[in-house]
Amino acid sequence: MTKKIGDVILDVNNISLSFGGVKALSDISFNVKEHEIRAIIGPNGAGKSSMLNCINGVYAPQQGSITFRGQTFKHMNSHQVAVMGVARTFQNLALFKGMSVLDNIMSGRNLKIKSNLLLQALRIGPAEKEEIMHREAVEKIIDFLEIQAYRKTPVGQLPYGLQKRVDLGRALAMEPQVLLLDEPMAGMNVEEKQDMCRFVLDVNDEFGTTVVLIEHDMGVVMDISDRVVVLDYGKKIGDGTPDEVRNNEDVIRAYLGTSH
Amino acid sequence: MAFFLETLLGGLMAGMLYSLVALGFVLIFKASGVFNFAQGAMVLFAALAMARFSEWIPQWTGINSLLLANVAAFVIAGAIMFVVAWIIERLVLRHLVNQDGATLLMATLGITYFMEGLGQSLFGSDIYKIDIGMPKDPVFVLESVYQGGVLINKEDVIAAAIAAALVAALSIFFQKTATGRALRAVADDHQAAQSIGIPLNRIWVIVWCVAGVVALVAGMIWGSKLGVQFSLTTVALRALPVVILGGLTSVPGAIIGGLIIGVGEKLSEVYLGPFVGGGIEIWFSYVLALVFLLFRPQGLFGEKIIDRV
Repeated sequence: MTKKIGDVILDVNNISLSFGGVKALSDISFNVKEHEIRAIIGPNGAGKSSMLNCINGVYAPQQGSITFRGQTFKHMNSHQVAVMGVARTFQNLALFKGMSVLDNIMSGRNLKIKSNLLLQALRIGPAEKEEIMHREAVEKIIDFLEIQAYRKTPVGQLPYGLQKRVDLGRALAMEPQVLLLDEPMAGMNVEEKQDMCRFVLDVNDEFGTTVVLIEHDMGVVMDISDRVVVLDYGKKIGDGTPDEVRNNEDVIRAYLGTSH
Repeated sequence: MAFFLETLLGGLMAGMLYSLVALGFVLIFKASGVFNFAQGAMVLFAALAMARFSEWIPQWTGINSLLLANVAAFVIAGAIMFVVAWIIERLVLRHLVNQDGATLLMATLGITYFMEGLGQSLFGSDIYKIDIGMPKDPVFVLESVYQGGVLINKEDVIAAAIAAALVAALSIFFQKTATGRALRAVADDHQAAQSIGIPLNRIWVIVWCVAGVVALVAGMIWGSKLGVQFSLTTVALRALPVVILGGLTSVPGAIIGGLIIGVGEKLSEVYLGPFVGGGIEIWFSYVLALVFLLFRPQGLFGEKIIDRV
C-alpha cells in the first residue's frame, strides 16, 4: 500500500486536564499528519477518551493548546470543531434512536444544507435540488457501509454492530478531514471487527481522510495504524510506529505486560 | 341523532383547543427531550401580555381599530415570548446541557412558578378580557337533514381552523426541513448533536420560541373564551391526558389525542353522566390517560421505546 502521508494537520501541545483533584491528562503532546491513521492506545482509565474529548471540544483542558490546520486554540468548541471539518463517533453509541438510519446519516449533512427554511418546507426551487444532492451523498454512504436494507429502520432497533456502522456513517456524511473514532470495534465479534477495519481502511484510502482512533484491541491497532500514541495514567509513555511501540519497554510493562 | 351530532361536534371543537396546549408540550419534548412543566405558565403569561397590550395600545396611541390593536398586541406578545425563550436558554438551559431529563424537568417546574409570579406582577392579577372579534353567536347547520338543525359555535369553528393550520405548518417544519431534523436530533442526544455541528443553544431558543408562540395562540383563544385569569394555567393540566394519549413525541398525536379527549368528555358526560350523577367530564380524561399508561405507555403515536437489558 503506497499511501501519501502529508504535513501535520493536528498538533496537540502540552495538554493537561483534571477533574477536581483527579488528573486525567498531564502534559500530553503529539501530532497527527494528514492522511494517516493515528491510534491512541492505553489501559482502562489511561485518558484516551478524555484526549479525544479535548480535541472534539467536549472538555476544556486547563493547560496546553491544540493547533488545527495552523490555527491554535486554547480549547475547542464542539460546534466550531464540526464546522472546521472534524467528525467523531462515540464509544457508547450516541445515535438519534428515534430516527431512521437515513435521517441519522442525513443529520450529518446538517451543516452543509444552506437553502432557506421556507423553501425547504415547501420543497421548491433550489431547496429541492439541494435535498436531492444531499440524499445522493447519503445513499453513497449507505452503500459503502452495506446497510441498504435498514434505510428506514429506526436505529434503536438495529443490532449493536450495525448501530456502530450508522454512527460511522453519520460522521462520514460530514465529509470530514479528520475523523475521530472512539473505540469503533468495542464489543464486536471477530467478523464485525473485520468489517469495521475494512471500512476504516477504505475511508482512509479512498477519501484520504485522516483518522484518529482509540482502540483496545491490540491486534487491530497494530495492523491498521501508521503511528501509535500510548497513554498510561494520563501520561504519554510511547509514540511511534507500531513496531517501535511494540518494542518500547515502558509500553510492554504498562500495557502489553499486563494483558499477556 | 341531531343531538348526538351536536355533542360530537362540540367535543371535537373543545378537543382542538386541548390539542393546542398539548402541542406546546410535544414541541419542547420532541425537540429537547424536556417535559416542559411551564407550558401552562407560558399560556398564562402570553395571554396576559396579549390582553394587557390590546388594552394599553388604544390608550397610549389613540388607535381605535380593534383589529389593529389586536395585531399590534399579538406581535408585541410574540416578541415578549421570544425574549422569554432567550432568557430561559441563557439563564437555565445552557447550564444544564447533557443533564438528565429529571433535572431539566425540575428546572421547568421552577420556571413555572417564576413565570406565574412575574406575569401577574407585570400585568396585574385581575381577570382581563381578550376580544379578538370572534363571532360568539351559534349557527345552525344541516337544517335540511335534521329537524331544527345542528347547533354549532362559530367561535369554536374558527379556533379549530387556527389550530389545524398551526399543526399542519409545524408538522411540515419537523418532517421536511433540516432545522426540523436538527431539532429531533437534539432531543435524542445532546452530545452527538453537537458533534455533527448542530448549535444547541440556538436550537433551544428556536424551540422555546415556537412553543411560546403556540402558547400565545392557545392563550389568545382560551382567553377570549374564558377570560384571562390565573385559572388558565390549569388548562395545561387538562392537556396532560392529551399528550399521554397521543404520545409525547408526535405532533399529529397531540391533535388526535385532543380530539379523542374532547369527544370522550362530552359524550361520556351526556350519555354516561346521568347514571352516576354527572360530573364525568372533569375526571374522564384522566381515567382514559391512566388506562393508556397501563396498556400503551408510549401513547397512540409515540415512539416505541425498547430498552435492551
